[in-house]
Amino acid sequence: MNARTRDTLIAVGATVGLFVLWELAVRLFKIPPFVLPAPSQAIQSLLPVWGVVMGHAWQTLWTTLAGFGIAVLAGVLLGAAVGTSKPLNLALYPILVGFNSVPKAALVPVLVLWFGIGTVPAILTAFLISFFPIVVNVATGLAAVPPELREVLRVLGSSRFEAFTRVSIPFSMPYFFASLKVAITLAFVGAVISEIAASQKGIGYMMTSASSQFNVPLVFGGLLVIAVMGIVLYAVFAILERRLVGWAYRSQQT
Amino acid sequence: MSFIELKNVSLRYDNGYLAVEGVSLSIAQGEFVALVGPSGCGKSTLLRVISGLRLPSAGTVTVHEKTVRGPIGSIGMAFQNPTLMPWRTVLQNVLLPLEVSAVHKQQYRQNPKPFVEAARELMASVGLGGFENAHVWELSGGMQQRASLCRALIHQPEILMLDEPFSALDAFTREELWQAMQVLYLSRKPTVILVTHDLREAVYLSDTIYTMSSRPGQIAYSRKVEFPRPRPLELTYEDDFAHIVRELREQIGGMRTQISSLKGVG
Repeated sequence: MNARTRDTLIAVGATVGLFVLWELAVRLFKIPPFVLPAPSQAIQSLLPVWGVVMGHAWQTLWTTLAGFGIAVLAGVLLGAAVGTSKPLNLALYPILVGFNSVPKAALVPVLVLWFGIGTVPAILTAFLISFFPIVVNVATGLAAVPPELREVLRVLGSSRFEAFTRVSIPFSMPYFFASLKVAITLAFVGAVISEIAASQKGIGYMMTSASSQFNVPLVFGGLLVIAVMGIVLYAVFAILERRLVGWAYRSQQT
Repeated sequence: MSFIELKNVSLRYDNGYLAVEGVSLSIAQGEFVALVGPSGCGKSTLLRVISGLRLPSAGTVTVHEKTVRGPIGSIGMAFQNPTLMPWRTVLQNVLLPLEVSAVHKQQYRQNPKPFVEAARELMASVGLGGFENAHVWELSGGMQQRASLCRALIHQPEILMLDEPFSALDAFTREELWQAMQVLYLSRKPTVILVTHDLREAVYLSDTIYTMSSRPGQIAYSRKVEFPRPRPLELTYEDDFAHIVRELREQIGGMRTQISSLKGVG
C-alpha cells in the first residue's frame, strides 16, 4: 500500500467511522428521530424527494458560487489596494475589520428590505461573508514579499509594475489560494443563512420548511447535502492549489 | 578615467537618520572594490545609492559620466540571501535578468537558445552542472548562493553589486565561493563593488578596500591590494596577507575605541 492510498483510507475511514458511531449511538440509546435521526434515516428521507432536493441543492450551489465569485473579485482588488498602498491600508483596514465584525445574519433583513426575498440576498450574503479572508490574505501576501526579491528586478531596470507582476503576484499566490479554501466554505454558510431567513428556494429554505413540518430527518438530510457540496468544492480548490502553487508546499518539506 | 564617481554623497532617511555622509569615491572600470565596516555603517545603503535604487539627499553619483537618477539597469546584484524565486527552476532563475533587462529582452525572446547555452555553461563553471531543472529548495545554501551569482552575471552586466553574498555560509563553502567568484571575475572583468564585514574576504578578492565608520557612514580609510591574480587560497595564510588584514582591523578597531571613549566622556 503506497502513501497515497493510505492517506485516502485514513480520510475516508474517519468520515465513515463518524457515521457508524452516530448510527450506533442513535440505535443503542433509542434516540427518537425527531430529536436526532440516524444518518441512515437522514439519507432515506432524501430519496423519495430526490429531484426536489437536487433542485434546491443546485440553487444553493449557484448562489454560493456567484457570491464567491464576486468575493474573489472584490477581495483581490481590495487586498491589492490594502497590501500595496500604505495610505489605503490605514484608511481601509479599520472599516474592513469593523464590517467583518458585524454578524452577516443580521444583514439579511436589510438585504431583503432592499432586494426582496430570494436569490439576490443569498448571493450578497455569500459574498459579504467570504470576501474578508481573501482581502486579508492577498494583502498579507503582497506585504510579505521580501524587498530584496523586488530589488533583484529593479536593479535590472524593470518598472515597479513589472516587479509587481513578476515577483509580488507569484509570491502572494499561495496566500490567495489558502484564502479561497476558507472563503468557499464561508460562502456556503452565507447562502444558507440567507435562504433560511428569506427565500423560497435552496437547501436552507428546504430545511426550514422541513423543520416546520417536524420532518427532522429531512433537516439533517439537508445538512448532509450542504456538507457534501462544501467538501467537494473545498477539494476542487485544494487540487487547484496543489497544481498551481505546489512549489510553496514542497519547498516547506525540506 | 573613473567609471563610477561619487562626489560628496549623503543620504538622509525620511525619519531624519543620516545613513551616509560626504562620501567621495572613484572606481575604475574593471576594478574590484570592497566596502568594509561595522554593521549599520551604511555600506549597503551606499550600494543602493550607486545602483540608483535610492537617490542621494546631497551630492552626485555618476556612472559612465552620466548622473544616476534612478535604477540604471545593466547591474547584477547578489544579496546575503540567495533571493531565488521558488516558483522557478534553478535555470529559470538564472535566466531571469534576460527576460527583464531592456538590453537583452528582445533578443532573448526571439532566440533564447544561445542564452540558455550560456546559462548552462555559467552554471557548470561554478559547479551547478546537472542542477538546471532542480527546484530551488532542492539546493543547499551554498548552491543557492552560486545560482544567485550566476543570475547576477548572466546578462554580462558592467557592474556587479555584492551585498554580503557569502556571509550566511559556513567557512568552507565561503572559501570555495571566493574562488568561484575570482574565476567569474577574471573571465568577465566587470566592475565589482563588494560589501562585507569579512576582512579576509575583502583582501582576497579586491583591488581596493575602503573601510567605513558608522553613524553617519563615512569613508575612513582606503587600502590598495596588489597581489597578482589568480590568487591561490593559500595566499590567505601568508604574512603579507595577514599584515593587510591586521592593518584594516586596526583601522576599524581604532574607530570603535574612539566611539567608546567618547561615550565614556559624555
